[in-house]
Amino acid sequence: MSIPILGTLIIVWAAMDWYPLEGHWFPERVVEDGNIDHLFYFILWLTGIVFIATGILLFWFLWKYDAAKNDQPVVFTHGSHYLEVMWSVVPAIILLFLAIYQMDAWAGARMERPVLANGQPKPPIARVTGRQFEWKMQYPGEDQKFDTPDDLYVTNVLHVPRDEEVVLEIESEDVLHSFFLPNFRVKQDVVPGMKQFIWFKPIKDGSYDIVCAELCGWGHYKMKGQITVQSRNDFDVWLKKTYDEQELSEFSLAEAE
Amino acid sequence: MSSITADGHASHAHSSSEFGVGEFISTYVFSRDHKVIGIQFLFSTLLWFLVGGLLAIGIRWQLAWPWSDMPVIGPMLFSAEGGQISPEFYTMLFTMHATVMTFLVIIPILAGAFGNYLIPLMIGADDMAFPTLNMLSYWVMWPAFFFFGGSFFVAGNGASSGWTSYPPLSSVPESAPGSGLAQTMWLLGLTCVGISSMMGSVNYLTTIIQMRAPGMTMMRLPLTIWGMFITALLQAFALPVLTAAGFMQLLDRTVGTGFFIPEALSVNNSPMAPGGGQPLLWQHLFWFYSHPAVYIMILPAMGMVSDILCCFARKPLFGYKPMVYAMNGIAGLGFIVWGHHMFVSGMNPGLGMTFMVATMMIALPSAVKTFNWLGTIYGGKIQFTTPMLFSLAFVSMFVVGGLSGIFMAATPVDIFIHDTYYIVAHFHYVLFGGTAMAVFGAIYFWFPKMFGRTMNEFWGKVHFLLTFVFLNGTFFTMHILGAVGFPRRLADPYHYETFRHLQPINQFMTICAILMVASQIPFILNFFYSMFFGPKAGRNPWHANGLEWQAPSPPGHGNFDFQPIVYRGPYEYGSPETDQDYYPQTQPPTERGKADVPPTLAAD
Repeated sequence: MSIPILGTLIIVWAAMDWYPLEGHWFPERVVEDGNIDHLFYFILWLTGIVFIATGILLFWFLWKYDAAKNDQPVVFTHGSHYLEVMWSVVPAIILLFLAIYQMDAWAGARMERPVLANGQPKPPIARVTGRQFEWKMQYPGEDQKFDTPDDLYVTNVLHVPRDEEVVLEIESEDVLHSFFLPNFRVKQDVVPGMKQFIWFKPIKDGSYDIVCAELCGWGHYKMKGQITVQSRNDFDVWLKKTYDEQELSEFSLAEAE
Repeated sequence: MSSITADGHASHAHSSSEFGVGEFISTYVFSRDHKVIGIQFLFSTLLWFLVGGLLAIGIRWQLAWPWSDMPVIGPMLFSAEGGQISPEFYTMLFTMHATVMTFLVIIPILAGAFGNYLIPLMIGADDMAFPTLNMLSYWVMWPAFFFFGGSFFVAGNGASSGWTSYPPLSSVPESAPGSGLAQTMWLLGLTCVGISSMMGSVNYLTTIIQMRAPGMTMMRLPLTIWGMFITALLQAFALPVLTAAGFMQLLDRTVGTGFFIPEALSVNNSPMAPGGGQPLLWQHLFWFYSHPAVYIMILPAMGMVSDILCCFARKPLFGYKPMVYAMNGIAGLGFIVWGHHMFVSGMNPGLGMTFMVATMMIALPSAVKTFNWLGTIYGGKIQFTTPMLFSLAFVSMFVVGGLSGIFMAATPVDIFIHDTYYIVAHFHYVLFGGTAMAVFGAIYFWFPKMFGRTMNEFWGKVHFLLTFVFLNGTFFTMHILGAVGFPRRLADPYHYETFRHLQPINQFMTICAILMVASQIPFILNFFYSMFFGPKAGRNPWHANGLEWQAPSPPGHGNFDFQPIVYRGPYEYGSPETDQDYYPQTQPPTERGKADVPPTLAAD
């Protein structure tokens, strides 16, 4: 029964990034919102304490009340009303506290879409469409409207500006997918027939994986994209450059139609 | 075996001299005796357990050494690919692993095998309420075996849209190689399992309510029976929903309805008609059953563990009534938490909050149960027999599985860990570390009753130790993978930069998993050897209190050779009222003790 204790040690070890388990924990966070990480650690501490306590208790009872050593008569009891109430009420309070404590984080991640200065919901910077087995990205172009002639189409590549609230519209063309950005702590199933919005605020430059997290067929594993965070300037330059390239190759680009 | 005095069953008794082929078939094949049916279920499910385990090894092999030739098995199975697992094959592997383990192993081994075997014996009945229905519930499993097994051999080599079978992937044949005939067969198999469980649950409910021995009040039932009772209730109410949903998906696939297929869908560049449906509807219907199914897969195990813990701690169960209430609480709450499987599905986020609070609360009865188990072993005289070791492992593993569930219940955390190996770790702790441990313990515990012989203790402990070590080696490390965001169901996760450094840890897990399957060899050998050559067990080898231990080992047709009358609850170990440390439920009170209810009045 020492496995629970060993397990906790491994978890702590991995969390501390010590050899040989470095990197075996959350991938680097590159968004401003650290609520998910915070909550995870908070629950880890809470459950960790319960876990070790019950592990030690179990181990201690097993050692102490081993029939081979214990010559005391058994404690003939059918239970204790007081204890039952205690260990129902205390966990109930903790669990209820947890439930209420995380409501804000959930609302921030899912319900409170960023707004513009005039109170209108912020329009999406791009539309992400999942299909077997690629991510199609569509930027609205200068008119800020989708499906107009100045739209930009790219596949499996997404660029977003740093230090801004980024809103994405996500859709599916065929089956379920799930748009997962491990470094951004973002995950949303992409459901055919539904238009959904996700948002995040990246704060660190770099390129990160876009992962598909919902089984979408045999090629599920290779439905990989790349998201690049860069400064507003670089982003605008990239947008312009890629649009020009698309104009030049208009007739050979199947997706652009 | 032939001297049965329990009324109405003497005519069924037979002597071995006039034993013909027809009699063999009616006794062992188309038997209506609940014990034979239980053992039939036990053998079938153990066989499928092996199949499911081997499928898991295939999954683990691919994750440890992707696109490499599988030694020995590879060339035999898929020589076309040169012994490698293809991505199509990989999607089939995890779909069928989960399907087999859920629908053909865990649910039928608990409800079918142990439910059938133990319910009449433990409540003091001579058989189930509807013996023929009981026989049918086993034989309806065979079409299910045929459909699930057969789907390996049709186009696509097995269903491959995940055990959750989410549409549109599962409803549109063009979307995946296994979404053709294999998926249709999968749905038919699911329907047969549903019919079988339905027959079983109606039978269990009637038997437990109607056929208890005199004196066996509901509050004197062993927790095993309470677990089975609540499981049967859950099945009776939730299962029709899944069966109906399965039928709707079948219609979507075959006659062109569009329950789960949305408007304007095109797969592989070919537009899909018709539309107007909603993929989320399937998820709601599926989880409305499959979340309670999680409790169907754990409640009987909890009951059996409670019985075993009391027996080997030689102590009464701590808090019998709270345990019963906790089980009922789990069942009640179990119906309103299905949405926690859908936090990132696109369901209304406001609804997510409701499901989150409900899910948090369901941790409560589980906590109460754990503390009561600790209370049970406190102050006892613990005998470390094999069933006891497995039951203790159940408690400690269930704590891990229960606590990791809190992470998933927290909606914001679930955004990150949903569909990662964190989930896989969690449910394997509940279902393998929990249920499977309880099932092993239960097999060792009730084996003497089933076959009249005892299993070898030494090899039992070897089996326990190896399984326990490698189970933790395999599944504990999954938490760490999950914390990196390592997704489930990827044929080659190293395709992504983020997960490339996780290959060594996956190799470690795969080695543990292979050793875990190998650890079952002592169990299999011990099981079959003991069945024929083990030392003979008497009626009550463990000195336990339950009614089943008062019947002969193995019990004949009609179970009891006397009319059992119940004087007390099943957990009176170490009672000061008697000189021995156990106090069977049927033993009349001694001079020192007095019956708390006169048995004639208690016969309700």
